[in-house]
Amino acid sequence: MTKITVKVNGKEYTSEVEGRTLLVHFLRDQLGLTGTHIGCDTSQCGACVVVMNGDSVKSCTVLAVQANGAEIKTVEGLAEDGKLHPLQEGFWERHGLQCGFCTPGMLMSAYDLLQKNPNPSEEEIRHGLEGNLCRCTGYENIVRAVQYAAAKMRNEEPAPIGAKEQVVESVGS
Amino acid sequence: MIPSAFEYYAANSVDEALKLLAEHGDEAKILAGGHSLLPAMKLRLAAPTVLIDINPIAELRSINVGDKVTIGAMTTYASLLNSAELKAALPVIAEAVDQIGDPQVRNRGTIGGALAHADPAADLPAVILALGGTLTAQGPEGTREISIDDFFVDMLTTSLEPNELLTTITLPKMGAGEGASYVKMVQPASGYAIVGAAAWVKLNADGTVAAARVAITGAGPKPTRLEEVENALVGGASSEEAVTAASEAVSDELELLGDIHASEDYRRAMVKVYTRRAILKAIKAAS
Amino acid sequence: MSVAPTKMFGAAIKRREDPQLITGQGNYLDDIKLPGMVHAAVLRSPYGHAKILKIDTSRAQAAPGVVAVFTGADMMDINPLPCAWTAASGRVQNNINTPRALAVDVVRFVGDPVALVLAEDRYTARDALELIDVEYEPLDVVVDGRKAVEPGAPQLHENAPNNIVFEWDCGDKAKTDAAFAAAEVAVKEEIINQRLLPTPMETRGSIARYEPSTQEFTVWMTSQAPHVMRLLLTAFVFGIPESKLRCISPHVGGGFGQKIFCYNDMAFTMWAARKIGRPVKFVEDRSENFKYSTHGRDHITVAEICGTRDGKITGLRADTIANLGAYISTIAPGIPTTLYGRILSGVYKIPAAYCRVRGVYTNTAMVDAYRGAGRPEASYLIERMIDRFAAEIGMDPAEVRRKNFIQPEDFPYDNGLGLLPYDSGNYEPALDKALATIGYKDFRKEQEEARKQGRYLGVGISSYVEICGVAPSAWIGLPGEGWGAGLWESANVRVHLTGQVVVTTGSLPHGQGLETTFAQLVADELGVPYENVLVEHSDTAGTPFGYGTYGSRSAAVGGTAIHKSVTKIKEKAKKLAAHMLEANPDDMVYEDGKVYVKGSPDRSKTLAEIALQASVAYSLPEGMEPFLDETTYYDPPNCTFPFGTHIAIVEVDIETGRVDLLRYVAVDDCGPQINPLIVQGQIHGGITQGVAQALYEQAVYDENGQLLSGTLMDYAVPTAAQVPHYELDHTVTPSPVNPMGVKGAGEAGTIGSAQAVMNAIIDALSPFGVKHMQMPATPERVWRAIHSSNNHN
Repeated sequence: MTKITVKVNGKEYTSEVEGRTLLVHFLRDQLGLTGTHIGCDTSQCGACVVVMNGDSVKSCTVLAVQANGAEIKTVEGLAEDGKLHPLQEGFWERHGLQCGFCTPGMLMSAYDLLQKNPNPSEEEIRHGLEGNLCRCTGYENIVRAVQYAAAKMRNEEPAPIGAKEQVVESVGS
Repeated sequence: MIPSAFEYYAANSVDEALKLLAEHGDEAKILAGGHSLLPAMKLRLAAPTVLIDINPIAELRSINVGDKVTIGAMTTYASLLNSAELKAALPVIAEAVDQIGDPQVRNRGTIGGALAHADPAADLPAVILALGGTLTAQGPEGTREISIDDFFVDMLTTSLEPNELLTTITLPKMGAGEGASYVKMVQPASGYAIVGAAAWVKLNADGTVAAARVAITGAGPKPTRLEEVENALVGGASSEEAVTAASEAVSDELELLGDIHASEDYRRAMVKVYTRRAILKAIKAAS
Repeated sequence: MSVAPTKMFGAAIKRREDPQLITGQGNYLDDIKLPGMVHAAVLRSPYGHAKILKIDTSRAQAAPGVVAVFTGADMMDINPLPCAWTAASGRVQNNINTPRALAVDVVRFVGDPVALVLAEDRYTARDALELIDVEYEPLDVVVDGRKAVEPGAPQLHENAPNNIVFEWDCGDKAKTDAAFAAAEVAVKEEIINQRLLPTPMETRGSIARYEPSTQEFTVWMTSQAPHVMRLLLTAFVFGIPESKLRCISPHVGGGFGQKIFCYNDMAFTMWAARKIGRPVKFVEDRSENFKYSTHGRDHITVAEICGTRDGKITGLRADTIANLGAYISTIAPGIPTTLYGRILSGVYKIPAAYCRVRGVYTNTAMVDAYRGAGRPEASYLIERMIDRFAAEIGMDPAEVRRKNFIQPEDFPYDNGLGLLPYDSGNYEPALDKALATIGYKDFRKEQEEARKQGRYLGVGISSYVEICGVAPSAWIGLPGEGWGAGLWESANVRVHLTGQVVVTTGSLPHGQGLETTFAQLVADELGVPYENVLVEHSDTAGTPFGYGTYGSRSAAVGGTAIHKSVTKIKEKAKKLAAHMLEANPDDMVYEDGKVYVKGSPDRSKTLAEIALQASVAYSLPEGMEPFLDETTYYDPPNCTFPFGTHIAIVEVDIETGRVDLLRYVAVDDCGPQINPLIVQGQIHGGITQGVAQALYEQAVYDENGQLLSGTLMDYAVPTAAQVPHYELDHTVTPSPVNPMGVKGAGEAGTIGSAQAVMNAIIDALSPFGVKHMQMPATPERVWRAIHSSNNHN
């Protein structure tokens, strides 16, 4: 067992871990931060993405011991002072989630993307989210959600969604 | 999802890593970015009893652009991608790195890890082969240089000794009249190459090919130079016709592999196509 | 059919489910930790088919931290899992073999569970699997459905000669044979609908707790149908009173059909929790999910279509082998029969059609419903064959479709395949809208120009119809269809004394946003603020029995049950308001959350006032029970039949075979949309799964039964960079089946999409004489199609 100290969402934790303990298991099982999910065993799905020392990582492919001394941000730390992060707002406004299982990882990857590229094109968003699988949304609304957040973070008004989608259908015909 | 138990050691210097390697011998595996090793361990396809983590070794994370380009083995893909200096000296590195995995893989994965692991479908090995890199390895007896041409021995096997650590990768800068490129057909699930081709060319003033190095990855058991193609190119024109003809020179003896994503036959055909595309792109960059 | 436009029904409001899920406060199965809980790990067969000669668990039992190790022999006091849908029409053979909690004596596919380890933590449980010694005697393996029915094939079950589970047919064979004999043109094609892995992002699992003092179980499960699981596990597997089990679905991370069924881990966690007196948790790894949890599709069909040279289809014939895997999953036989054969003629008026289906056993994981379930297979087949026929007679595929569409005046339409009549439809406007959006005529010119420059573009059309809200029970339950139960849905609506409305429903969301849409429809109908409507679900304690959420049934069946309860609440509210206002009950009007006397809007009572009166109950009309509380068990008179047209444009790199999906237009008609934002989300996701089938995904077994696409490294669920932007539009044709006119949207995207992409690829390759190609259209497959064609130079 190795003693590690990790700062997660601004709070410092000291804990004993086995060498093989995966960071994702440390966060979920030892710290009780179950917002970070596990969706695969080969580092493809990205449900476990967290931000470590400013970069997004797949916490299923980092050992907890390797996070010793690191600063980690998980989905639980995204909202500050009870105010949703623009990305969270964007995912809500643009229906960027359905079952919600991929969402925490998707949010953290998008967070990393927007830190490094505040004004991404649609293609850059899609490329930037290549490490995250979503089985529900077909990514269409995730792209819109990230565009919404990017605009908000640049203090711009998010573009409205397409005219057809905005129509409130009058029922019956 | 859960690896077998192992002893974990963090090495803070190359010397410390070498000492640990000497101590634990064959039982030990070096942990670099971990994006090949840890998934294999989670599936229990690999079960080393000792892991020596070289991530803490700061001296192995560096990009130096002088007469040559020297890159520390633990430099991450993301660092390679984001270095303006490197992009100016060797734009093909960023071109290739941007096609590797995904942002999280690029944040953790390292150039040294990609080479030392010798995954037959990794992208950078082909690029380093085409660029004619020199690798520096450090062992108990000191350092030695290994030409990239002598590095890849077989699938997942390199000429590194078990007690050696890959420390730096040295690459020539792109000179006048030179160009390089990397193109790949991507395996849609893993992001690895079904066929990846890297080319470096040097053109004469008259547009003929003065020198060329062409390498492929993904198609066979190890990343490989295509010397027949290089020989067919050199001295010839840099026209599309000439390049197409040269690309056809891929040897029928070249050992290739098939899997559920692409058969051996198809890979053989695609080696020619992607080789041609890489060379043409390299020529375009050169002119 | 007309419903007044209202403020919430039809509003694209954001979901009330989201605040929890975007902040990491969701509560999925693996997030649940119970005091004293042990972790389960399963040892699985590495062989496709083998006898188990010996299992030695002693080393594992002795390992520190291991609580217990069990094998199939230990669990013989519980029954095998039940099969609830036996495809009981046609030439039936009664040879259903379902799995046990753990395999006994024989393993029949790679992943078949052999032993169960319980340990203090998940790492120890996993390690202990390697300490179990099993001796196997390997047997011959068959993984291909066609080979399984050949003479001499390895036999999986004694009671299933030639590995045949059932032989089933529908339609008029003699009439169809005659149509083919008389036809001017007939084409035949082998159509393979490849095996897929449903891949919800959350894998499956169960947590069971047992309370010895009351002999009661509580099971948390990743289930789309907890009430059904409660019934199956108690009445069929354990033989205990239904009241002794409470099933709870917490947040469920996607289902896509895979989470409808009764699985072995539900049984073994319950069995083990009772045995050791501690709660037991089992959660699959992704590779276990791929190996063990149900797969989808896997049809091999010889399809034939015939018609006249001027484009009239006169006959359709199909002979399908449906690979159902090594055992029969909960509703597996119903998928390639009722939900496939009966809708095979799609949106077309085909005078003679016949379909034969053989369900077969192979040494592979079980196959059951996966998004669309039978309908994508049917829709793919007919839409591919329509294009094949159009190419044969040299007619534009859009025109062939138009020429054969069932017309608006034909509804209700009986397709002659034993289905209830299609409820409503108007197929041409959807086609026209899609053609206009994609710019079909201009595209044909662009395509011609591009070909001159060596670029190969193609356009593919898919006009689909599907079946949602499968019902009524009198049809699906008895006799002939074989689903062993009804398919109604329940809803209870209560107005509490504060005016707050609580809805409990047997439907449950796992991504569909039902809390939002159900609250929208209740808010409108009752005229109360949306915020005042609470929707409760997913727990057998506190919700009425319901069949669950799948088959795009929740709006049309579950939503209607709620609608009907609300109507009853309004009727009671009117009676009580009349009493309160000393007015004639017949003169009362319910509007905007108030009841007033006709002609005197000032003489009114709000719903809150009425609810208070109903609750305190000191003055009620003669014979009226206290409380505004109404329950409905709604059994629809028919299914609903959404439809639409999808069009894809692709470019094929003929040198490599690589396909680029350039544009995708979808015009869907699911009737009136309760929440267009949510409907669009369903369509986007649905399309992506169909596109993925066309381009990327396939479950591949080798001849020894090893699943080669066993992880996400080899099974290509597409990323954001691998799918295009989708252009959506819709038409609205209400269903006459239910008062809201809603049809269902959960599966339409998947049902309409794969063939649009495949038709586009084959259109792009038409200069090479390519007529058909199997899915997925991997670069190699496309490249081979080009190279094996006659026109390649």
